[in-house]
Amino acid sequence: MTDEPRMEDMPSVRGEVSNLKLVSRATYFKEAALKNLFLLCAFMAVAGVALIFVFVGYRGWPIFSEVGAGNFLFGMEWLPTEGLFGILPLFVGSIVVTVGALLLGTPLAVGAAVFLSEIAPPKVRSIVRPAIELLAGVPSVVYGFFGLLILRPIVADLTGGLGFGPLTAWIILAIMIVPTIATLTEDALHSIPGGVREASYAMGATTWQTISRVLLPAAKIGIVDAIILGMGRAIGETMAVLMVVGNAPGFFRGMGEPLSTLTSQIVMDMPYASGMHRTALFGMAIILFLVSMGLVLTVRLLSRLREETS
Amino acid sequence: MRDMKRITNALALAVFWIAGLTTVVVLGAVILYVFVNGIGHLNLAFIFTKPHGVNAEGGIWPMIVSTLYVTGLAMVIVTPIAVLAAVYLAEYAVQGRLVRIIRFAADTLAGVPSIVMGLFGLALFVEGMGFGFSVLSGALALSFLMLPIVMRTTEEAIRAVPKFIRWGSYGLGATKWQTVSRIVLPAAMPRIITGLILATGRAVGETAVVIFTMGTMINTPLFPSDPGRSMTVHLYQMAMEGINLPAAFGTALLLMVMILFFNLSARWLLRRNRRMQG
Repeated sequence: MTDEPRMEDMPSVRGEVSNLKLVSRATYFKEAALKNLFLLCAFMAVAGVALIFVFVGYRGWPIFSEVGAGNFLFGMEWLPTEGLFGILPLFVGSIVVTVGALLLGTPLAVGAAVFLSEIAPPKVRSIVRPAIELLAGVPSVVYGFFGLLILRPIVADLTGGLGFGPLTAWIILAIMIVPTIATLTEDALHSIPGGVREASYAMGATTWQTISRVLLPAAKIGIVDAIILGMGRAIGETMAVLMVVGNAPGFFRGMGEPLSTLTSQIVMDMPYASGMHRTALFGMAIILFLVSMGLVLTVRLLSRLREETS
Repeated sequence: MRDMKRITNALALAVFWIAGLTTVVVLGAVILYVFVNGIGHLNLAFIFTKPHGVNAEGGIWPMIVSTLYVTGLAMVIVTPIAVLAAVYLAEYAVQGRLVRIIRFAADTLAGVPSIVMGLFGLALFVEGMGFGFSVLSGALALSFLMLPIVMRTTEEAIRAVPKFIRWGSYGLGATKWQTVSRIVLPAAMPRIITGLILATGRAVGETAVVIFTMGTMINTPLFPSDPGRSMTVHLYQMAMEGINLPAAFGTALLLMVMILFFNLSARWLLRRNRRMQG
């Protein structure tokens, strides 16, 4: 407030000095009240995070205190009916699905971003960029539906199973994370000054040499940021994975063998789970929440690093 | 040597072209597939009648109402809070620890997996506050999902308003709130609405949040306390049970049409606004 002009300090234009002053004091309080109201609104984001942590944590906490963190986090078997709540196979499932999707999706997404920012003629760009934005808007359940009916039979032919499994999930998730990674990578490439490119071309470098030796190294941290956020999207993705992954809570056995992830198992079990089983599902939600928070924190630390180095 | 350089370059560029065009092909494939299989089932009776029988024959009217109801209510809840929060961050806040915490919280909220948001809604709104499986529970949970999105787009919209317009307002003796409410927000309005439309599109396509907060019951909700089943949940259940695939395609197509409509109208609004500003 201090650097802004306040009404009390200003001469009146209309000559109603005393009157204006009275209104101004009321106005001053109104302004202060409004400012605090807005701060309260902004604090809703903090409240949201705290509420999620408290309420999901409250429901899930008994799994740590009664079953034990070791049995829960590192237990090798998920058999809720027999009181075995080991989520290690599910966690490994989530990692397998996420890593595979990143390996498939990252080259495609970074390639698309480089294409958009460095290569595409304006006309082509005006088609490709909206396409990527619309890909981000397609609901995950539609991706799951598409994967179930189109990809699954193809994968079934390739692997000899039913087609439910990591490979189908990798392909679907790879498509789903492309918009996230591509948009952020393009932003990173855009923030490189144009002079850098001109300098590279002036030395006789080809477009490819400029991209591979100058631009991609310069945008490195931004691209890592993009991949981490894509990873967050992949590990938290629920419906699309659930519909194609097969939902067998065991360890990874092969690309075409059914698997289960933390997210898919929650949706599968929630409708009928009760007692400690239900608690375990909330415990899994805490783990997912902490993982996604950790990824956001990593991105923030990276961007601080980038500010310090530049 | 020089030939090598040229060939490598040409090959690399070809790869980038393929990467760029693949995204268009994939989008085209998804849209075309849903369109070709769904268009035959999409008619007025499908949209405006209720489903019946074990195979969910008939229409999907209750799901359309539930989807629009829960999304609309979420938007009504989130819009004032998110816009005023963005006003604080863009106009009032002084850079410091408080702002850093708020931004970190918003980023975290944006990154929370939707299934976690669903369980949170179940724990707090459905069971904790006793709203039950209802449109209200669903809308409250969705509003937490939309909050960071609307906050970010609104803040960007406010920051895009030129500084000198504010100076003009202050120069006339206006207070901060007068400047914000009568000058800055109206100028930023088209972009704020664009952000709201995009967030709405996101909420319409959300499944994991609403399945545990609004429920799965086929019902045409009248009051916010009524349960319902969103189109996404309907599609999920039909696809997983393998029943009535034509209706599943019809639902998927209608869902895609709605989301495309939201996205394209947001783009149109943004473009029109840009043209008007020159």
